[in-house]
Amino acid sequence: MATAKEIVSFRDVAKIYHGRAVAVSDVNITVKEGEFVCFIGTSGSGKTTTMRMINRMIEPSKGSIIFKGKNIRKYDPVKLRRTIGYVIQNNGLMPHMTIKDNITLVPKLLKWPQEKMDKKATELIKLAELPESYLDRYPAELSGGQQQRIGVVRALAADQDIILMDEPFGALDPITRDNLQDLVKHLQETLGKTIVFVTHDMDEALKLATHIVIMDSGKVIQDDTPDNILQHPANDFVKNLLGEERLLQAQQNTLSVGDIMSKNPARITLGKSLSEAIWEMSTKHVDSLLVTDDNNKLKGYIDLETINEHYSKDSSVSDIYANNLIKVKKTSFLRDTSERILKQGYKYVPVVDNDNTLIGIVTRASLVNVVYDAIWGKEELENPEDANLPASITKGSENA
Amino acid sequence: MANQPLWNQLIFYFSHNGMYLLQQFGRHFLISFYGVLLAAAVGIPLGIYMANHFHLGDFIISIANVIQTIPSLAMLSIIMLWLGLGVNTVIVTIFLYSLLPILKNTYTGMKNVDPNTIDSARGMGMTTFQLLYMVKLPLAMSVIMSGIRTAMVVAIGNTAIGAFVGAGGLGDLIIRGTNATDGAPLILAGALPTALMAIIVDLLIGLLQKYFEPTGYFKEQEE
Ligand SMILES: Nc1ncnc2c1ncn2[C@@H]1O[C@H](COP(=O)(O)OP(=O)(O)OP(=O)(O)O)[C@@H](O)[C@H]1O
Ligand SMILES: [Mg+2]
Repeated sequence: MATAKEIVSFRDVAKIYHGRAVAVSDVNITVKEGEFVCFIGTSGSGKTTTMRMINRMIEPSKGSIIFKGKNIRKYDPVKLRRTIGYVIQNNGLMPHMTIKDNITLVPKLLKWPQEKMDKKATELIKLAELPESYLDRYPAELSGGQQQRIGVVRALAADQDIILMDEPFGALDPITRDNLQDLVKHLQETLGKTIVFVTHDMDEALKLATHIVIMDSGKVIQDDTPDNILQHPANDFVKNLLGEERLLQAQQNTLSVGDIMSKNPARITLGKSLSEAIWEMSTKHVDSLLVTDDNNKLKGYIDLETINEHYSKDSSVSDIYANNLIKVKKTSFLRDTSERILKQGYKYVPVVDNDNTLIGIVTRASLVNVVYDAIWGKEELENPEDANLPASITKGSENA
Repeated sequence: MANQPLWNQLIFYFSHNGMYLLQQFGRHFLISFYGVLLAAAVGIPLGIYMANHFHLGDFIISIANVIQTIPSLAMLSIIMLWLGLGVNTVIVTIFLYSLLPILKNTYTGMKNVDPNTIDSARGMGMTTFQLLYMVKLPLAMSVIMSGIRTAMVVAIGNTAIGAFVGAGGLGDLIIRGTNATDGAPLILAGALPTALMAIIVDLLIGLLQKYFEPTGYFKEQEE
C-alpha cells in the first residue's frame, strides 16, 4: 500500500505529566490507511500514552497530531472517539448490558434507528463467529476469549475505519490469542481497516504488523516494516528485543547463494583429455569435475564413473561430459534454493552469474550447516535422516 | 378489660382504633420516607461529586460518621432548639442520620465501578453525562440502594423516638402506653406495627436492590 493516504501522523509530539515525568517525546510517526501498526517496547516505554493521544484520551503536551488531514485539536473529542474503534486489554464490555447492547453502543450514541442497529448486531456477531443467540447474553456469560471477540467486533459497529487496540490479547491463552490474531488480521487485510496495536509480544507484532514502531523510554527507536527492522536493527536495544534467534533466521532469509559459495570449484575445460581429467580429480580428491569452455562458461560436468565406462586415450572431456546439471545464480536467495537443493539430494551445485560464467560452488555440507541452524531451527539437527541423503548431482534434469 | 390476656386487649384496641392506627402508621412511614428522600436528594449527588472530584472524599465521610455517633435523642433535642417542636425537627434528624449511609454507599459504589469499563466507555465516545447515567449509575445503583435500605430502617426507628417532640406517628402510642397504668397493650400497638414496617420496607428495598444489581454479575453469582 505504498500509495495509501496518511490517516494519522504525529509531529514532534511529547507528553509530559505535571511538568515532571516525560512519558514520551519527539514522536514522529505516520500511519497510512490500511496499515497494521504495532507499537512495541518495554513496560513504561510510552506505547499506551502514544496510542491514546490519537483519540484524545490523552492530550499531547507538545507537537501536533494530524488525523485525516486535520489537527485533532480541531475535532470535538467525543465525536472524534465515535469514529475511532477502541479495544482494551480487559475487553471493557459493559457488564450490565447484553452483548447486543454492547455491540451497538456507539451506534446508539450516534442515534441510529433501532432496525439498523439490530442488523449491525447480527452482522457483527457473525463476524465474531459466535452464535446469534449470544446477543441476548451478558458478558459474564461468555468466556474471556469470546468476550474479547465481542470487544474487537464492537470497535467496528459504527463503521470506524481505524481501530486502536491496547494489548488486547495479553490476558488470553496462546490458542485463543492465535484465533483472535487471525480475526484482527482479517479486519485489516479483508475489510481494509487501519489498526494501531500495542503489544509486548514480538511474535505477535511480527505476525500481524505491516509497520512496527519500537519504543524505549518514551522515544521511538525504530519505525519501519518488520522485514527492514529484522534486516537492519537500529541498535542493541532493538536487537535484544528481537532476540538472537529471530535475527539469525532473518539473516538467513536474505543470505544469497553468493554469500556462502566457495570460489574454487574443481573444474576442467572442454578441450582437455580424459587423463588430464583423472589427474585433476585425484589431486583435488573429488569424483567429478565441472566442465567449462575456454571463456569459463559452464557447460556441464564429468564424473569418474563415466570416464571409466568410456575411457580411451584419444577422447577429450567434450566427448563424454554430461550437460544435464542443476545450477544456481549467485544472486538467488538461499531461502529459495536451499530447500530444493537439499531435498533433491545434490552433493554440490555450481554457481553461475548472469551470463552463465562459473564463479563458484555450493557444497551440500556448507548448505547443511547454514540452513539447518537457522531456517529449521537447531532441534531439527537431531533428526539425521535428511542430512544423510545419498548425494549426487546427476539427479534430475532441471536447471536453475 | 385489664384482666383480659394482653393479646385480647391488643386485638380489642386494634379493632376499635383501626382508623387511628392506620393514620399513625401512614404518618410514621411518611416522616421516615421524607427524611430519607431528602437525604438521598442531597447524598447521592454529593456522593457522585465526591467520587469524581475529591480525593478528600474520606474526609467528608468521616464528618458524616461523627454525626452518626450522636445519640438520636440528643440530636432531636439539639434540632428542637432550632426548629421547635413538631414534625420538621424529626424529618431533619432523620435526614442527618440517613445522609451517612447514602453518601458512603454512593461514594463507594461510584468508586468501585471498574476503571476499565469507564475507560472503554469514554474511549467509545460517551459524554460525561452519558457516562454517568448509562454506566456509572447503573453499575453503582445496587450499592446506593443498599445505603437507602439501611437509612430507611434506621429512620423508622428514629421516627418512633420523634414522637417525643410531638411529631406523631406510631411512637405516639408507645409514649402514651408508657405514661398510662396498664399501658402494655398500647405500647405493643405502637411497637408491633413499627417493627412490621421496618421488616416490610427492608424486604421491599432488598428486592429493588436485586433488581438494580448489574445483571451480568447477578447471574454469575446465581450459578
Ligand atoms: N497519569 C500519569 N501520570 C504520570 N505519569 C504517567 C501517567 N500515565 C503514564 N505515566 C508514565 O508515562 C510513562 C509511559 O506510560 P505508558 O502507559 O504509555 O507505558 P506503556 O509503554 O504502555 O507500558 P506498559 O507496557 O506497561 O503498558 C510511564 O513511565 C508511566 O509511568
Ligand atoms: Mg500500556
